[in-house]
Amino acid sequence: MDLNILWFLLIGVLFIGYFFLEGFDYGVGVLLPFLGKNDQERRVLINTIGPFWDGNEVWLLTAGGAIFAAFPNWYATLFSGFYMALFLMLLALIVRGVAFEFRSQDERPAWRNFWDIMIFVGSLIPALLWGVAITNLLRGVPIAANMQYTGSFWTLLSPYTLVGGLATLLIFTLHGAIFLTLKTEGQQLAGARRAASVLSILAALALLLLIILSYSNTDLFTKLGAGIVFWAALVTLLLACWLIRAGKSGWAFVMNGLTIVFATVAIFWGLFPRVMVSSLNPLWSLTVSNASSSPYTLKVMTIVALTLVPVVLLYQAWTYWVFRKRVTVKDLKY
Amino acid sequence: MEALILARLQFAATSSYHFLFVPLTLGLSVLVAVMETIYVRTGNDIYKKMTLFWGKLFLINFAMGVVTGIVQEFHFGMNWSEYSRFVGDIFGAPLAVEALAAFFLESTLLGVWVFGWDRLSKSLHAAAIWLVAFASTLSAFWILAANSFMQEPVGYIIRNGRAEMTNFFALLTNPHVFYQFPHTVLGGYATAAFFVMGVSAYHLLRKNQAEFFLRSFRIGLTMGLIGTILLVGVGHFQGQHLVNSQPMKMAAAEALWENEAPAPLNLITLIDVKNQTNHSTIQLPALGSFLAHNSFTSEVKGLKEIQAEYETTYGPGNYIPPVTPLFWSFRLMVAAGLWMILISLYSLYLLRKGQLAARPRTLKALLWSIPLPYIANICGWFMAETGRQPWIVQGLQKVNEAVSPAVSAGAVLTTLIAFTLIYGVLAVADLYLLTKAIKRGPQELPTDKPLASKKEASLWT
Repeated sequence: MDLNILWFLLIGVLFIGYFFLEGFDYGVGVLLPFLGKNDQERRVLINTIGPFWDGNEVWLLTAGGAIFAAFPNWYATLFSGFYMALFLMLLALIVRGVAFEFRSQDERPAWRNFWDIMIFVGSLIPALLWGVAITNLLRGVPIAANMQYTGSFWTLLSPYTLVGGLATLLIFTLHGAIFLTLKTEGQQLAGARRAASVLSILAALALLLLIILSYSNTDLFTKLGAGIVFWAALVTLLLACWLIRAGKSGWAFVMNGLTIVFATVAIFWGLFPRVMVSSLNPLWSLTVSNASSSPYTLKVMTIVALTLVPVVLLYQAWTYWVFRKRVTVKDLKY
Repeated sequence: MEALILARLQFAATSSYHFLFVPLTLGLSVLVAVMETIYVRTGNDIYKKMTLFWGKLFLINFAMGVVTGIVQEFHFGMNWSEYSRFVGDIFGAPLAVEALAAFFLESTLLGVWVFGWDRLSKSLHAAAIWLVAFASTLSAFWILAANSFMQEPVGYIIRNGRAEMTNFFALLTNPHVFYQFPHTVLGGYATAAFFVMGVSAYHLLRKNQAEFFLRSFRIGLTMGLIGTILLVGVGHFQGQHLVNSQPMKMAAAEALWENEAPAPLNLITLIDVKNQTNHSTIQLPALGSFLAHNSFTSEVKGLKEIQAEYETTYGPGNYIPPVTPLFWSFRLMVAAGLWMILISLYSLYLLRKGQLAARPRTLKALLWSIPLPYIANICGWFMAETGRQPWIVQGLQKVNEAVSPAVSAGAVLTTLIAFTLIYGVLAVADLYLLTKAIKRGPQELPTDKPLASKKEASLWT
């Protein structure tokens, strides 16, 4: 296998890791105003993701670094092309990151409310924008022969890509709700269950719509495998719907997690061997060949990644083990 | 052209802002780790209090460093897409390795440290903060290895219209990084040391928890003394290296227009960029030659000569960076460094005599010295980056060839304004929280043990 194909796969894996892990902490952020009625409850919710969110976010940074190292032209065209969208996401991630740290450093309700809103907005925007972004990669954006993006911010917004955004938003929020059913107790557990059951229906509808629209908006279904995996994402989501109602939160988390995995796999599969589709001319699409680094750089990076990724997985898994207990009001520190 | 200037402004603003938080993270993580280690070794609760107090300040600062760092990672693609295409084959690698090897470790273990007080054994908990400190330093190495390629390209070949990596090992052993890495990390240590010394001085002035703050001060001072003295040494050798590798940068920093043998050291001068000369100079004879080449007689090349050489090599153009701000930022950095050594030595003397707490003027001077390392850090980076102009990668690509063609001036202006506003608001919030936590001082540990374990995790909540 060529190394640039391996790196395409590896970047896919990094995005899966990012969506799977940070998906639930975005979800918890989005649910914060709905499930946290008072300051104490919000603190419980935040503490369920407190030890993890920062480590989860590094998956995104690593994916960004990996795109830069392995496919410089992809990095350059994507980030200069999706400029305003990316900028909005950066702002969201900035305020969200400091909000987690700052919100409890002052007692005043106005201060806490402000940062809690920032956590909400800062989680909602990336959860939405990632769906918009990856559906745009697949649907195609105006890229000229010289690899430069020629559209604007508004080019990125179409009914199809907005449905993509809605789907990631709902699936991530559902992921957060199911995560909370595993990490809370009592009243909050009941609230999280109710939220998960409503969200699971909405998420399934959004994903169904996305799949149907993908037939006319993309060429994903010309690849049988990608099509099957995309539909499989809906099947696991429906299973999650049922498992939530059956009270089997652990399995529901696994199934919804699989939905995230399958949907991401489907989109990357649909893309391959392109990394960004040009809507102007199929020949102008960026591909794993014309966007990639030199074979030498890919070789070096492969050795580094194959050594380090297992280590990272190991110690991140260890932290989830250390903080496996449910978080309750009793655990809050006064 | 306008987009270029705005993109440069944005890079300068966001990078400088990011680097207000990074040095303190680098140094304070080590100091907090030292404090917690003493606590684990001695079981003395005062060191636990110390770990919690300074740890809280560390966390407030750390959050700002992390979120502003995210921008740095995506910046190159957003505003500098042609740079990214040109050097991505080389420059992307250390950034990716940084995320994989260092940033993962730092973020994950910090979460463990903050929330793990009652979930881990004492020594494992202390190990977590040591790993955070180690990861921060490692992170600095990879970032600086990337930056060093921009200053002194090595291990590459120009092929397919871009710079391609030929030797990863050469990238890691770039001579430039072997000066820049210790210089930057020691700068971080000095920043944290003066932060701890200054904050301790604030409380000593108010006769507040004298024992706690004298002990904190001693730990800070140890790092401050070692850090600043080594810093000046490393800086000296780095300067000598730059005379050879980036002669234009050093000649501009010294405002040396003509070749001179021996070259004097200009202490203060009025620089006349238009006529390429200086007026009313106060200088020390032959010291410029000594600093550059360890010899009182050797010739040091001036700006005009280097400009002529570059024109022969790279074609017509202006290769002289802005001399006046470089000259003054260099002097400001060196002056700050020397002041830090002096006041550290004097504090050591007072501390040994047991008189530090009784010297309000020294304590005030220490308090007001907190900003100095910050100023020195920014001046140093200003010199490193502006001194390389007009190049973005020394000798290979110019800044005006690097900017994103797909991004309009309006878009850059919008993001520049938004970043400035948000960063401004965050700076106010950050300073407010830091001063609040500093003024409140260390908190008593609860006596009840089971409760204690819960109170400890309150660093976060």
